[in-house]
Amino acid sequence: MQPINSKKMPLQNAQDESWDLEIKPQNNLFELHLADVWRYRDLLGLLVRRDFVSFYKQTILGPLWFFIQPLFTTIIYTFIFGNLAGISTDGLPQPLFYMAGITAWNYFADCLTKTSTVFKDNANIFGKVYFPRLIMPLSIVVSNLVRFGVQMLLFILLLTYYYFTGANFNITFYVMLFPLLVILMGIQGLGIGLIITAMTTKYRDLAFLVTFGVQLLMYATTVIYPLSTAISKYPKYAWIIEYNPMTTIIEGFRLGFLGEGSFNLQSFLYTSFISVLLLFIGVIIFNRVEKTFVDTV
Amino acid sequence: MKAIKVENLSKAYQLGEIGTGTLSNDLKRWAYKVRGKDDPFLKIGETNDRTTKGESNMVWSLKDLDFEIEQGDAVGIIGRNGAGKSTLLKILSRVTSPTTGSVKVKGRVASLLEVGTGFHPELTGRENIFLNGAILGMRKKEISRKFDEIVNFAGIERYIDTPVKRYSSGMYVRLAFAVAAHLDSEILVVDEVLAVGDAEFQKKCLGKMNDVSKSEGRTILFVSHNLSAIKELCQMGILLENGKLSNYNSIDIVTQEYLQFDHQKSKYTHDRSKINKLGFIHKIDLFSYEKKITNSFKAETISYASIKYEIVKPTKYFNIGFTISDTFDTHLYSSSDTDKLTAEQLIEIRQPGLYNVIAPIPLYNLNSGNYKITFIMGEINTTLFDSVEIFFSIENNNFLNTGNRTGILLSLNKWQYTD
Repeated sequence: MQPINSKKMPLQNAQDESWDLEIKPQNNLFELHLADVWRYRDLLGLLVRRDFVSFYKQTILGPLWFFIQPLFTTIIYTFIFGNLAGISTDGLPQPLFYMAGITAWNYFADCLTKTSTVFKDNANIFGKVYFPRLIMPLSIVVSNLVRFGVQMLLFILLLTYYYFTGANFNITFYVMLFPLLVILMGIQGLGIGLIITAMTTKYRDLAFLVTFGVQLLMYATTVIYPLSTAISKYPKYAWIIEYNPMTTIIEGFRLGFLGEGSFNLQSFLYTSFISVLLLFIGVIIFNRVEKTFVDTV
Repeated sequence: MKAIKVENLSKAYQLGEIGTGTLSNDLKRWAYKVRGKDDPFLKIGETNDRTTKGESNMVWSLKDLDFEIEQGDAVGIIGRNGAGKSTLLKILSRVTSPTTGSVKVKGRVASLLEVGTGFHPELTGRENIFLNGAILGMRKKEISRKFDEIVNFAGIERYIDTPVKRYSSGMYVRLAFAVAAHLDSEILVVDEVLAVGDAEFQKKCLGKMNDVSKSEGRTILFVSHNLSAIKELCQMGILLENGKLSNYNSIDIVTQEYLQFDHQKSKYTHDRSKINKLGFIHKIDLFSYEKKITNSFKAETISYASIKYEIVKPTKYFNIGFTISDTFDTHLYSSSDTDKLTAEQLIEIRQPGLYNVIAPIPLYNLNSGNYKITFIMGEINTTLFDSVEIFFSIENNNFLNTGNRTGILLSLNKWQYTD
């Protein structure tokens, strides 16, 4: 027997017994076809474009709709949590405090919920043509990044407004961490989403938990309250919030842009480790399911 | 040089509903797997005959396929519904993975299991060309290079910047096929996509595929029920029967066997349970003019069908008849045992019992090709008792040197020159 499964590109007149591709029942667990994903990078771009363009086609306000949701949520939170419930915002202007939390949280939540249905939503196209399946969830994360970018613009507008009206906040050196925080959020959302979508192709039960679970998770994250308040009010249970990897990110985000929040290297490393681990597990399970999900979805 | 090598390929599917009551089975299977035993739900030797009920609810859609395809061959895959054709294509195009065995492939595989996969209705034709091309595996540069060619082939230049949801369904399909046809792959896998579009466009598609295979030397796998299209395009044929490879040979031999096989099948084992129990066709044999049982006839002859049927209750307005149609399902001819009867004979009540009848099938002026003859019996225009389809072919060697004439009707007469 000649060696098989040489990973060469086609278009070269190789020997008779060298094959470009071998289709087998179960591949190695760690064979992730990342080279394939790279080869299809143009598709990723086009899918992102499709999502963006089809979102505002035939609307009057167009991309402005990206602003509406965070804007109104901020207003509602300011009324309810800020004024009615009187939850502390560490002395920051309430709208700024909430919008910072909401903008960051939304990116994570969107990545999670949208990737968690990727098999179900794309069953038709996945059943008809092969491309590295990972492209789909990746395109969702990137699409949401565009959306997040637009919403950051709104946040920065608000920030500028408060700056000129002389509100009590200051941008700190930690703002340099911003790109890293965004990447970590994307990785976490993607990782959890991949795990959920892979687990729901056959048994859909988990899917019902997702929207509801994301809501609950938000209250275990420092979106509507600062970590310092949580620690002082519930010293016994605050560890739940502290060990939530999203807390580190939202706190770091606020510390960078608003000067109030918390950051320490230990929890940052912990969060990074958890995020990468989630992504790693997610990608492996996803690849495992991808090969036969067409038969069971 | 080999382009594709299929070894020991099998694919099992689970029948019935997935998700209810399967968790315990899943756990059981997992437990067997951990102990290194075979899957208890996969019974070896159970074939995929959809008409009989099996013992297990796992079924082999493909079983132990072994074959090799030479580079540059155009191979037609034929078989009855459920024979495993689409499953084979799905595995080759990596949409699903096999249960056992492997497929080795040389070169890039482009599959066309459906036209227009991934088209987004809100995007324009231009945007969709890029999106669809990328889904099919083309790089952006490649698509830009071929863009004009694609638009030309589809013939929709004027609509290129209009969202595809405004397209007529014909335009939509044209555009979709045009993108797929311009893929640069060494192997092209095509499922029955030509069932859509008008006749002119179907011809264009076939022509394009012909170019691809003959002048560009690419390998094509083509599934279709349209035997004349397959014969035109392919040199080799694979006949699948209940998930197994029944024949792999030149296309003429394989289609011949398929017709033969279908002939026998339809004669004896059509599904009795589905029809009302008012009458049955028991047996039909087709005879050539030499009184030989066959389903391959010479042109310019008359052949006969010998039919044995049964009527269960006294029936008024009974008739038995047949229609002949070509592979595009165009009706060409029909005849019935009530033809040329008087009015009194027509309303005569038929008594229950077995009947034997010989029906003439005139083939004087049908051109060579594949045809289908459908026998039906029942009350005129009201109740169908039973029906049987048989495929047959007509051969002719009238045209020395020049090959066949095209068209449904045979050219019969000599031309006369005048001074």
